[in-house]
Amino acid sequence: MLQLDMDIIVVGGGGAGLRAAIAAAEASPTLNVALVSKVYPMRSHTVAAEGGAAAVTLSEDSLQSHFFDTVAGSDWLAEQDVVEFFVQHAYQELVQLERWGCPWSRKNDGSVQVRRFGGMKTERTWFAADKTGFHILHTLFQTSLKYPSIERFDEYFVLDLLVVDQRVAGVLAIRYSTGELVQIRAKSVILATGGAGRVFHYNTNSGIVTGDGMALALRHGVALRDMEFVQYHPTGLPGSGILITEACRGEGGILLNKDGYRYLQDYGLGPETPLGEPRNKCMELGPRDRLSQAFWQQQKLGLTGDYQGHAVVYLDLRHLGDKHLKERLPLICELARDFVNVDPAKAPIPVRPAVHYTMGGVMTDIDCQTSIQGLFAIGECASVGLHGANRLGSNSLSELLVFGKVAGERAAALAQQNDHVSHQAIAQQTAVQQALLSGMPGHNTNDSLVAIRTAMTKAMEEGCGIYRDANSMQHCLDQLHSLRQRYQVLNVEDQGKVYNSALLQHLELGFGLDVAMAICSSALARKESRGAHQRLDEGLTARNDAEFLQHSLAVQQQDGSIDIRWQAVTITSLPPGQRLYGDCGAVNEGKAS
Amino acid sequence: MTQTIVIARYNPEQDEKPHHEAYQVQSDDNTSVLDALQQVQQQDPGLSFRWSCRMAICGSCGVMVNGVPKLGCQTFLRDYPAGLVITPLSNFAVEKDLIVNMEPFLEHLSAIKPWLINTAEGTQPHVQTPKQLAKYQQFANCINCGLCYSACPQFGLNPEFRGPAALALAHRYNLDSRDQGKAQRMPELNAKNGVWTCTFVGFCSEVCPKKVDPAAAINQGKVESAKDMIVSVLKPSGAR
Repeated sequence: MLQLDMDIIVVGGGGAGLRAAIAAAEASPTLNVALVSKVYPMRSHTVAAEGGAAAVTLSEDSLQSHFFDTVAGSDWLAEQDVVEFFVQHAYQELVQLERWGCPWSRKNDGSVQVRRFGGMKTERTWFAADKTGFHILHTLFQTSLKYPSIERFDEYFVLDLLVVDQRVAGVLAIRYSTGELVQIRAKSVILATGGAGRVFHYNTNSGIVTGDGMALALRHGVALRDMEFVQYHPTGLPGSGILITEACRGEGGILLNKDGYRYLQDYGLGPETPLGEPRNKCMELGPRDRLSQAFWQQQKLGLTGDYQGHAVVYLDLRHLGDKHLKERLPLICELARDFVNVDPAKAPIPVRPAVHYTMGGVMTDIDCQTSIQGLFAIGECASVGLHGANRLGSNSLSELLVFGKVAGERAAALAQQNDHVSHQAIAQQTAVQQALLSGMPGHNTNDSLVAIRTAMTKAMEEGCGIYRDANSMQHCLDQLHSLRQRYQVLNVEDQGKVYNSALLQHLELGFGLDVAMAICSSALARKESRGAHQRLDEGLTARNDAEFLQHSLAVQQQDGSIDIRWQAVTITSLPPGQRLYGDCGAVNEGKAS
Repeated sequence: MTQTIVIARYNPEQDEKPHHEAYQVQSDDNTSVLDALQQVQQQDPGLSFRWSCRMAICGSCGVMVNGVPKLGCQTFLRDYPAGLVITPLSNFAVEKDLIVNMEPFLEHLSAIKPWLINTAEGTQPHVQTPKQLAKYQQFANCINCGLCYSACPQFGLNPEFRGPAALALAHRYNLDSRDQGKAQRMPELNAKNGVWTCTFVGFCSEVCPKKVDPAAAINQGKVESAKDMIVSVLKPSGAR
């Protein structure tokens, strides 16, 4: 086993992790920062974000308005002090990226261009064509190369956190290329491992989005907050789930059912807006939860179309014209051509909802600190409290930057005050993992990783989908319990050391099962409908602030089951109100101001 | 339908050298090489390959398909009715099965200072017109998949050659109206493993899945390098 000492460990090389590593390196160049990632940083899932990053930019916009949209979008489950901090710091972070070279799209006068996005009252989404995540990730990765204090551990898979007396002491990782166990001591650790979309069957997420960091924290007693809120993006490609960005609708794209009817007007998002004149927070620019729910309703009415056995609606971009599409949505043109054989200038793209984002995550305070001293969490793996019950598109890329910076600076400050925990104190925990690894081949060779994983993702899709009820969720939870038992005795089918992908998938599945249990248990416990959590049970189809204006906290028990506790929501200035879009929303905001 | 694909297998813990094995996969019009590899992995969990986004943006899944570098997720079985042979990316050391050692690529990338060099402090964005953006935008679209290194005969002969993606990235920053770092990057471009190693075969640009056109970047880099060297000859040292 290799033993190393670093000052700070960042787990995850996506946008949040890179931003944190840079912030730590800038705060204190004498601290050693380990950037530990299971893939090369530029492969991280941030790369797949398309649409953009939100910050108040135009003179007619205001911080209050971004605050209002985010809190209302969250169905009042966001931490309002966190949202205030976020909207105040988002702009400066996007400028910082600009000054590091991010190729933001521009207006003719050379200023940064902003586009419309769902649930946002004013245009405030910065973008780099339709490859915003790609450009943000590469800009951060390339910038990180200039800091000698950042040491990369590419293709190292973190197995466990080292924790002594509620204080983090480092991590244990496997070096993928050699199979070697590596113990890294550190004074602070930042989790930036991304979401858990891959516990569902149909999703827009990369294969690596398996909930690792959430499970790492959960297994050490840290609560996962608001896990029942899983965002279905309304426009994924049928079958693959590949993301077709919301920016398509920001640019004026429309959604049609099989009869060519703009069905969103039937679901509180109308009236119908004229073709080529998209209106903020109306019709196709409503929030994601509402749009995905409208799809489900249309499917139930038999009004969706069919694409190779998948129910679909149609995203029509034809009126935008070939030139505009190539300039503003080049990746979408490419994806539509390659994966569904459609030229968006000539035909509508078949789309359907697919799991996209986990709103919940590792519970942190506004400084990104978890309940374990020195352990921070940021980005999609965290719940700092920004998204509540529904995230608005383009808030998460800004979140990576704003809170990545906060965590990096805090972790650096803490690392300067503290010392390493003794080797002796972490010896036992290390020995346990070492024994687990060498004893990895469980005895059951009649089962398979693929069988268990597929059963999990299908159970989640059926039990915790766009609409849920107690029976389907309970059935899902029962299945997860039995899958967990099967998992515990499952044989690892490859015993090699070098690039053993069967072993990594085995470990990821273990993480995924724990996170899936947290999602399903939280969903069962929330006996109301709010944001992305919509129940069909009688009496539970509406929001119930009297009982459930609270965060769910999922805490793992000894036997792996999940105990749910509740935490009050921080409300600073915006008391719970009705969440309205389309014409009704405009009337409502008129009253509010 | 059922289709046969051949995959190069190599397990350094067991095999002396790579060998080919044939597998049966189910395919339809939408089956990609990556889908096929995943099917094979279900039959044989020992098979190792890199992948992640499956939408041609993360750059993980580069392989050779019938001898040509391709992204597995963006290459479809329908286009190979006569069959496919999938091998690891050329010109890199094979670690296991389809996984190659990408470290040399990462080193070349880091060597050309691929970050914006500009000492001015500021709290507002730079002004950059769409025309100025367009000058370098294409070269900023590289996903670091490494296909161009597998296509490059010079990199095959001389692994010290900085190579297409790194040189294109240097050019991207040199062309950026916000950047002041060209003088710091030119020595690396002028050096013996810089732009002049390229013999302009152009295969790198042909295989690029993102139309970055590294060959054009290198060619433009040669013009800049020639100018830079003439200037350094004409001016006494220290006067620059």
